[in-house]
Amino acid sequence: MAKIKNQEIGRRDFLKILGIGSAAALLPSCKDKKENTLSVVEPFSEESLGNMTYRINPSTGDKVSILGYGCMRWPLLENPEPGKSVVDQEQVNKLIDYALAHGVNYFDTAPVYCQGWSETATGIALKRHPRNTYFIATKMSNTRDFSFQAALKMYNRSFEALQTDYIDYYLLHSVGGGKGLETLQQRFFDNGLLDFLLKERKKGKIRNLGFSYHGDVAVFDYLLSLHGEVKWDFVQIQMNYLDWKHAKTINPSNTNAEYLYGELSKRGIPVVIMEPLLGGRLANVPSHVAEHFVSRTPGRSIASWAFRFVGSYPGVLCALSGMTYMEHLQDNLRTFSPLEPLTEDDMKYLAGISDILSKHPIIPCVDCKYCMPCPYGLDIPAIFLHYNKCVNEGNIISDTSDDNYKKARRAFLIGYDRSVPKLRQADHCIKCGECVSSCPQRIRIPREMEKIHHYVESLKVTQ
Amino acid sequence: MLRKIRVVMASVLFLLCLMLFLDFTGFFATYFGWIAKIQLVPAILAVNLVVVVLLLLLTFLFGRVYCSIVCPLGVFQDIISRVGSKIRGHRPAFKYMKELKWLRYSFLLLFVVTLIAGIPAVYTLIEPYSSFGRMANALFAPLYQWGNNALAYLAERLDSYAFYRSEVIFKGVTTLIVALVTIVLLFVLAGRKGRIYCNSICPVGTLLGLVSKVALFRPVLDISKCTSCHMCAKRCKSSCIDVESGKIDYSRCVVCFDCIESCKFGALEYKFAFGKKTQPLKSQDGLSRREFLAVSSLMAGSVALNAQNKVDGGLAAIEDKIAPERKISIVPPGAKSIKNLSDHCTACQLCVSACPNDVLRPSDSLERFMQPESSYEKGFCRPECNKCSQVCPTGAITPLAVEDKVSTHIGHAVWVEKNCLPVADGVSCGLCANRCPVGAISMVQIEGATQGLKRPVVDQEKCIGCGACEYLCPARPFSAIYVEGNDVHIVK
Repeated sequence: MAKIKNQEIGRRDFLKILGIGSAAALLPSCKDKKENTLSVVEPFSEESLGNMTYRINPSTGDKVSILGYGCMRWPLLENPEPGKSVVDQEQVNKLIDYALAHGVNYFDTAPVYCQGWSETATGIALKRHPRNTYFIATKMSNTRDFSFQAALKMYNRSFEALQTDYIDYYLLHSVGGGKGLETLQQRFFDNGLLDFLLKERKKGKIRNLGFSYHGDVAVFDYLLSLHGEVKWDFVQIQMNYLDWKHAKTINPSNTNAEYLYGELSKRGIPVVIMEPLLGGRLANVPSHVAEHFVSRTPGRSIASWAFRFVGSYPGVLCALSGMTYMEHLQDNLRTFSPLEPLTEDDMKYLAGISDILSKHPIIPCVDCKYCMPCPYGLDIPAIFLHYNKCVNEGNIISDTSDDNYKKARRAFLIGYDRSVPKLRQADHCIKCGECVSSCPQRIRIPREMEKIHHYVESLKVTQ
Repeated sequence: MLRKIRVVMASVLFLLCLMLFLDFTGFFATYFGWIAKIQLVPAILAVNLVVVVLLLLLTFLFGRVYCSIVCPLGVFQDIISRVGSKIRGHRPAFKYMKELKWLRYSFLLLFVVTLIAGIPAVYTLIEPYSSFGRMANALFAPLYQWGNNALAYLAERLDSYAFYRSEVIFKGVTTLIVALVTIVLLFVLAGRKGRIYCNSICPVGTLLGLVSKVALFRPVLDISKCTSCHMCAKRCKSSCIDVESGKIDYSRCVVCFDCIESCKFGALEYKFAFGKKTQPLKSQDGLSRREFLAVSSLMAGSVALNAQNKVDGGLAAIEDKIAPERKISIVPPGAKSIKNLSDHCTACQLCVSACPNDVLRPSDSLERFMQPESSYEKGFCRPECNKCSQVCPTGAITPLAVEDKVSTHIGHAVWVEKNCLPVADGVSCGLCANRCPVGAISMVQIEGATQGLKRPVVDQEKCIGCGACEYLCPARPFSAIYVEGNDVHIVK
């Protein structure tokens, strides 16, 4: 199957255009549509796949595939029935069957993912396979109601939705958010929730206990200081070649992955990686960066660089990827079957790339949708994705005398109305701030909305 | 040859005129807006003496070529007739008909009287240009937009910006019904009786007929060559050639040249014929009558979001806005006053078609029947836009420079306490103040409120009535701030 990657078209958009799987026949016709470089990725064939790389979890001896399936980005139905699942179950079944058949055995979900339907969908698909052929990870997502009762309800519901008696990997979801230590205290200590979870681990209902962390580093440090008593079986952090040294450059209140990983590997705690691709942002790099990559490793996808980066660290148990489409899954399978670690030279090269990317004026949204639904109807991630797409394509131009101003203006405004309905655009943000505490990337969403609104206005008034 | 020239000119002007109503990008309005301005009734309403005199002169020279070439409704009837004959497989056979004089002049009188008296509900209905405009706007524009949207859909998938979506909005039931009735009548009449509307109802036709009676150039029937085959009369959509008596009723002839082409014996010729006598024949009974209905309804929908368990993703439902009951209608900048608009508007819907912000819509009220008014449920009167004032052919909306827009006060914002978010939900907001393009709104402490909640206060001196606040107000379906129109626009 031929697969061509056009830098101007995102991975997802690309598939939306062509339809999964049927890409081959249509591709030659869309070649050279844009002047930009097309990198021709080698055709995918199952035969050419080697064996999946596995890592061993020291505390339970689990043999975990280095590619973990992130269940936050399942394909959604276009018109779900009210009150019924929004997830496209048929596609999920297909993806999970394929993943299992090719050695992926770690599935990471949470009660809140996919508008609350991820666990159910994942459970349905996995139930069709023997329980001992995969590991389930899910989380305690008690980010609003901190009562023990509510937490217990959420905990029990996970077993029900996933149709299982035990959970292999259980995480305190997204600690470090809200008011840092204070919120952590309320969510897990004051209500006795952590004690309860430890007991559950002892009973075997939870096989590995860990936490996923974003945000206030004091929380991360504090939880690690408890390692002696609690003994964390694993920890999930956001790590990728950009956040390795530049998380702080992009947002001073964030912490570089280098520090986080270093602290964990010092203590011998297995690390699970989230956002290795930053929600696709590291696959959708600006054209000049893309050209760089392509000339260095022709035939390999840009995404593969990001995955090989995290895989190259021995303390990494698995790297999660939210693979919405078969094309993502196959590309990642090729990257990890088997994993080819980066050389020292490659690492230096990536460090250079991340220096460039860190100066790139995009909004660091990874489309996780934690901020959604916005009570006033805005489609926050869609607004950011559109803005970033225009940044990457060089279509953010404020200077009206610029030769490309007219073209860029048209691309921005037409694309904006296409990606975001008028009533869900940035001009409707009332700055209520509901979203701010939910954002794991700590984006000051209302401020960005205001900026985008002003940019749109400036485009509109100059006709 | 003459006929071919007529067909080509008519087709070009018709298509351009139609595109004026269909195109939502503003391209045609910019370059071909003059086509609406050379229509007779709009020119009369705009007191555009140059155009009126030129049109009368044109008719005096060549007869009613205006009706054959310039008038979109006239050409549209020809198209209907032509399409009808293509479907039936043969051309309709017209025949000579006596002039319905009494009917014609009654309509002309009615038109003049209601025009002077300012009863748009009557004169706009019998006037040809705006009848066409209403059909184009209410019936053809949505089809055009759907077609465009299909292309936009494809373009989107090909990552092209060649086409973009345009939302098809239902703008008013009265106009839709009137347009539907008009088009049905036209199909029935034009298909069978040719230009009967133009010669029995249309006040423009009757008025020009008075001049064309004595036109310098006219088709003339040479009785010495005529074999009384009636071919010309059968082709004459104006039913004005009386072969038996050898006379042509020039007050009804629209100079289409069909008769000249149809005559195999060269008995008809278009030539200088000033002073030659014509005798229009007498008539008796009336033929057609118009009816219409006025119904009004509201469209609303949507469900509210219930946010008990916070999960990630999904979109909150957005309830459609419902227009508030405005005591005084808002009319667009350039209209000067409701009276000025009312006095000049033919309700052709060109401004409604041209409005890129979905603000203008035809009024459903009887005194301002189908004339445009502003409402802000789908957008607001944006500061950089003066499209409606560019396109208006009648002077109902006079040309207004974009720079003058911010100094034209078409209305004023009114606060509705019970809908306001800080009051109703205890949430701090201030979007209206942030988005006001002229900075007319400031937020002040609500007395006795906790958490320092603020409410908007409108500086009426600054407010121009653009509706940004009303459109963007998060309160739904009724905004907590809305615009009342100004009877007379204040310019300062």
